[in-house]
Amino acid sequence: MFRVIKNISPIVSKNLLQRCPQKVNAVLMVIQDKRFLSDSANERFALKHEEIGRPLYFDAQATTPVDPRVLDAMLPFLVNYHGNPHSRTHAYGWESEAGVENAREQVANLIGADPKEIVFTSGATESNNISVKGVAHFYAPRKKHIVTTQIEHKCVLDSCRALEGEGFKITYLPVGPNGIINLSDLEEALTPETSLVSIMTVNNEIGVMQPIADIGAICKKKKIFFHTDAAQAIGKVPIDVNSMNIDLMSISGHKIYGPKGVGALYIRRRPRVRVEPIQSGGGQERGMRSGTVPTPLVVGLGAACDLANREMAYDHAWMQKLADRFLDKIYSKLTHVIRNGDPKYTYPGCLNLSFAYVEGESLLMALKDVALSSGSACTSASLEPSYVLRAIGTDEDLAHSSIRFGLGRFTTLEEVDYTAEKTIRHVERLREMSPLWEMVQDGVDIKTIQWSQH
Amino acid sequence: MAAGIPKSQILSLYKALMKETNKFKNYSFRCYALRRVRDAFQENKSLSDPKLIKKEFQYGKQNLEIIKRQVVIGDMYRTEKLVIENKH
Repeated sequence: MFRVIKNISPIVSKNLLQRCPQKVNAVLMVIQDKRFLSDSANERFALKHEEIGRPLYFDAQATTPVDPRVLDAMLPFLVNYHGNPHSRTHAYGWESEAGVENAREQVANLIGADPKEIVFTSGATESNNISVKGVAHFYAPRKKHIVTTQIEHKCVLDSCRALEGEGFKITYLPVGPNGIINLSDLEEALTPETSLVSIMTVNNEIGVMQPIADIGAICKKKKIFFHTDAAQAIGKVPIDVNSMNIDLMSISGHKIYGPKGVGALYIRRRPRVRVEPIQSGGGQERGMRSGTVPTPLVVGLGAACDLANREMAYDHAWMQKLADRFLDKIYSKLTHVIRNGDPKYTYPGCLNLSFAYVEGESLLMALKDVALSSGSACTSASLEPSYVLRAIGTDEDLAHSSIRFGLGRFTTLEEVDYTAEKTIRHVERLREMSPLWEMVQDGVDIKTIQWSQH
Repeated sequence: MAAGIPKSQILSLYKALMKETNKFKNYSFRCYALRRVRDAFQENKSLSDPKLIKKEFQYGKQNLEIIKRQVVIGDMYRTEKLVIENKH
């Protein structure tokens, strides 16, 4: 509305000027006078972008920068060692194969697996597809039921949708208002027909951490395969596939400061989990994922996992420090800020906040010099509120006013301070112009208002 | 203290690391690396096992080489500065 008025007023005045130049002068003076007055009064709410430079990066859940140490490990394979890792007849192949196998070991070490249980893929989406569709198809004759949650990543939900079309039965478990599933719900959902349970470790939008070890124990007891999408969790929180009874796990390269376009799938050998491959071809990666393994990317993934293994405690402590600092700053200046997701069982680097009475998209626009997102990058083009927030029962208006602050290894204290300050300033500014906020300040309960239909 | 590696060598490695790290053009990498190097030396200050000290020393030397190479690469593909750098 504000924008419309702003755009119209110059046009109107121009038209008036052209039509009757003498009379209008007085009117225009009045208008300009008024504007001048309001300007000085609202100086602190003005939307000015005097800052220059690249925006700060606060979207670590979408992707992370490649760590220089990872790039350093990759470069030799981009510059010199170009052999096909599957070539067995010459040294070029052997060099590359050695790189790939070393990376396989590095990935396996991070999750306590055997290197033979790691399959390289193009990313977590492919890993999720192989896991969900692959297991479902392989065990289809006897078992045609899959359990997942409502807050899974799009690629798991979409794979399930595709399976539904083929006649599979899917149970989408609801989550509590804190974003965590109820274990008794899970147990009730399992039937002798169930072949797979797929539940993500850390949610990409709200950062909540599911009780993976407990879910694993339940699945083991019922002899059902357990798949977890750990793209957001790996290298950030400790994961051990054996103690947590995980049968399949998806890993992504670019969420852990590795390159994009590479991921891995952990797939248990004892007891053996069998999947029907999606891609037909040369039978690489034990026949589960045909196609030449991209040596430089895989080496990068390995290096990233190795680093994550080394740096996990250090990075986690830093994340906690930054998150606490950021939240303290926000909470000390702003009221009506709701953190989405459980505050305790969460990954501290993912802060999803709802600023009540502020429209999320306008806040994102105002915070031009910080790279932020209202939810997952896959759905950032749409203005629809996120399905994850709807699943945790966030009110429609709060879901529209949520923003995800993603902290990473390279985020600095100054960046956090800058972003917190900017956020506070713009939330205050936007609230000041919101009639809803005015009503709240006057003590009107917004929920009781009967909005007239139009 | 360090039986294998003299203290002066450790100190000069620290200085070399800090000096190289400061050359990172990328704000994020520079800040991280400075913090990481400082914290790593702080953390390992109390190490007494010469074997462990040697291991960490080697790791530091490896990282010095990495930083040297990555500084050069970062220098070749520079970008605009971040808003936060232009503020000061």
